[in-house]
Amino acid sequence: MTILLSLQGVTKRFGGLQALTNVTFDLPEGQILGLIGPNGAGKTTLFNAINGVYPPEDGRIIFRDKDVTKARPYYHARLGMARTHQIVQPLNELSVRENVMVGACFGHENQSLGNAAKIADDVLEFVGLTPRADQLAGSLNVVQKKRLEMARALAARPYLLLLDEVLAGLNSSEIDNMVQTVLKIREKGITIIMIEHVMKAVMNVSDRIVVLDYGVQIAEGSPETISKDEKVIEAYLGDPKLAEQLLEEED
Amino acid sequence: MKLWHKYSGILLPVLAVAALILWPVITGKPSNRESAFTILKAVALASSLNILLGYTGYVSFGHIVFYGFGGYVGIFLLTEKDWSLWTAILAGGVASGILAFLLGSAILRLRGAYFALATIGINEAMRAFINNFELFGGPTGITLNFSVYKTYGGAAQALQTSFYIGAGLALLALLTSYFVRTSKFGLGLLAIRENEDAAEVMGVVAPNAKTLAYVLSAIIPGMIGVLFFFKNGNVEPHDAFPLHASIELLVMVMLGGQGTVLGPILGALAYQGMRGYLVTSEFFKDIQLSVSGILLLMIVLFIPAGAIGWLRLRIPLLRRVLA
Amino acid sequence: MQQFTLLLASLPDGILLGFVYGLAAMGLTLIWGVMNVINLSHGPIIALGMFGTFFLFTRTGLNPYVGLIPIAIIGLLLGILIYVVAVHRVINAPHLSSLLATFSVNMIIIGLGTAALTTSPYNVDFAAGSIKLGPITLLGTRMIAALVTMLFTGGLFLFLYRSRPGRYIRAVANNRAAAELMGVPSTRILALSFGLGTMLAAVSGGLIATFFPFSILAGGSYELKSFVIGVLGGLGNPIGALFGGLILGIIESSSQAFLESSWVPVIEFGLFVIILLVRPSGLFGAKK
Repeated sequence: MTILLSLQGVTKRFGGLQALTNVTFDLPEGQILGLIGPNGAGKTTLFNAINGVYPPEDGRIIFRDKDVTKARPYYHARLGMARTHQIVQPLNELSVRENVMVGACFGHENQSLGNAAKIADDVLEFVGLTPRADQLAGSLNVVQKKRLEMARALAARPYLLLLDEVLAGLNSSEIDNMVQTVLKIREKGITIIMIEHVMKAVMNVSDRIVVLDYGVQIAEGSPETISKDEKVIEAYLGDPKLAEQLLEEED
Repeated sequence: MKLWHKYSGILLPVLAVAALILWPVITGKPSNRESAFTILKAVALASSLNILLGYTGYVSFGHIVFYGFGGYVGIFLLTEKDWSLWTAILAGGVASGILAFLLGSAILRLRGAYFALATIGINEAMRAFINNFELFGGPTGITLNFSVYKTYGGAAQALQTSFYIGAGLALLALLTSYFVRTSKFGLGLLAIRENEDAAEVMGVVAPNAKTLAYVLSAIIPGMIGVLFFFKNGNVEPHDAFPLHASIELLVMVMLGGQGTVLGPILGALAYQGMRGYLVTSEFFKDIQLSVSGILLLMIVLFIPAGAIGWLRLRIPLLRRVLA
Repeated sequence: MQQFTLLLASLPDGILLGFVYGLAAMGLTLIWGVMNVINLSHGPIIALGMFGTFFLFTRTGLNPYVGLIPIAIIGLLLGILIYVVAVHRVINAPHLSSLLATFSVNMIIIGLGTAALTTSPYNVDFAAGSIKLGPITLLGTRMIAALVTMLFTGGLFLFLYRSRPGRYIRAVANNRAAAELMGVPSTRILALSFGLGTMLAAVSGGLIATFFPFSILAGGSYELKSFVIGVLGGLGNPIGALFGGLILGIIESSSQAFLESSWVPVIEFGLFVIILLVRPSGLFGAKK
């Protein structure tokens, strides 16, 4: 079982604000890791650190045996890391297909334009955006933009995929669809870290969960263990007595 | 059918430029040739600027600095070091390319408005510097010895030759623009234009791509500068770095539609045509700059994507042809 | 040694000039701070201020300093007009649009100005005496200009901090959306702010007219100085602009002691680019 990504003591400060403190975990190949925590816990910040957008002040990030702690995002991409953003970032004036081609062209496979176009068509079919391939990305609605975001990341055929709240704003059946998609992605051999708020989904899909609260890793383990962890419940609900009561009521 | 698909984007631009070249040849009038030369020069400059502005999204207000600097270097080598016109033109291009490389490494880190201001600053500083640079003639500049034209068959023949070289440079600019646009490198530039941070996350090595775009956009202006000042017979700081001309370049690119191959060409044609009319008209002669200003304002307020851009948006079918 | 005396002699003049540079830059930086727009018509407006003083003085004999009042009013109205016509539509568009929009106003003014006034130099022949202190000569025009600058600066601050429109301006500068939600008429406030910026530019032009000969193109070099001062002092920071102006004035006069005056633009622009690269928030911190 190879370790694809290793975080060691990752700490990030923004001026006086301590956004991340000492985050440490290893991610084996082929795992789906769920990253959860209340709003403002630092989940996206952690993605930004892993991805090279905001390098950490302290700690190390090892990806595919290379130290990428201070590297620029394009270096990460070239090594085989891809991500989606919580607030979608489409390339508005380019077509949907062109958007996806960028992913294929500049990812670790470094595809030519011709190959990238073919890969793009395959990926667009996978996410269900084929009818919109020639449309301008800016003209899509939010849900379609999210799928585009994912398509772009997949076209790079990454080793590691960082998904930032792909389920946000989806209704129940859309969530089920997306969960199936995530599982299919894993079947292709891609390792995934998912930031999610939709508890039911992330608990079902993840092999393992890491919980952040105020930038600190408060828990780590299987979904079952986490759902019973007092600290986690307190972080979300703020009051363990109340949580107890709620749990009792459910029974 | 496939070949048409592949090259349709280059067809119209080439036809437009070919028409410009043939027009004075067919009519045989030197005045037409000179008008065509002015337009071809604008086409070459605008197409080059488009690589930086339209494709990469970096607005350079002072792009004319490459025209002036390359021009100065070339003319200097031509007069002081007896280089031939061809090599002088090449040298001008190389000099501008090197300047772009050096400047780019410093200022391409800046974004948006700051980058634009920095480019203005560079143009003004270069003008002030050359004004004091004795080697390049200081405020009086460099004047060509009339005998230089003898080597090219006399003044009249030299003008003719210059026209063809200018036409060649315009075509070269056009082809460069097309090949960048349709290449993987070009896709990376477009991604940078749309969202530089997202592009980097996807693996586009933005600093290198931007620098290459900057260098490419500087070479042909440098070459055109040498050619123009050769025709002109002299080069002075004031003529070599005219800031308003730099903005007029921007207007041309935006008028026709930045980000397309055809756009700058149509923009150059339309703008130079309008300018030609204004300059000869008694009434408009002095306020030509104001008219350009109003035109620019209209474009910015109402059709920011330019004519070609607007068409591409409205009629998706045309997108292949209007590359 | 001779250069040192030269330096000493020109320093006070540089400082006094620096006040006026600062006033001009304040106009630019105010607009930037309130609405994130860099007014590229700043230079021609300064030039219009110069011509305003000229015409008022030569046609009506009005004291140039009294004449600053109508010039200020015209500058204010002109700015409001420019905002409404050219800037408002692109206020939320990417920066390029507002840069081009204000530059087009620049072109329009220069074009009309060149046609109407040509580019020959004009002069306001107004002397206000001078004071001699050893090797240093302090010109009356400079000293009054510095005084006027301080008056306007003081006035600006009173306005921004003690009046209701001023408070609205600061609110909009801080967070336009929030200000709108609280009922601030943002369009009117933006127009007013732009007008204030151009007013300061016009007034500084009026003052400069009492120093040097000028043409419609003269505003250009002051606009560029304003950019340099703006980034030096921190874009959006009016006090920073004043200090930045003083610093630039000092740099200018001291470099003239050692170098030919035609090198000054090169130094200014070198400084400009270096600051943008090394400390883009300026020496005194930009508005955040």
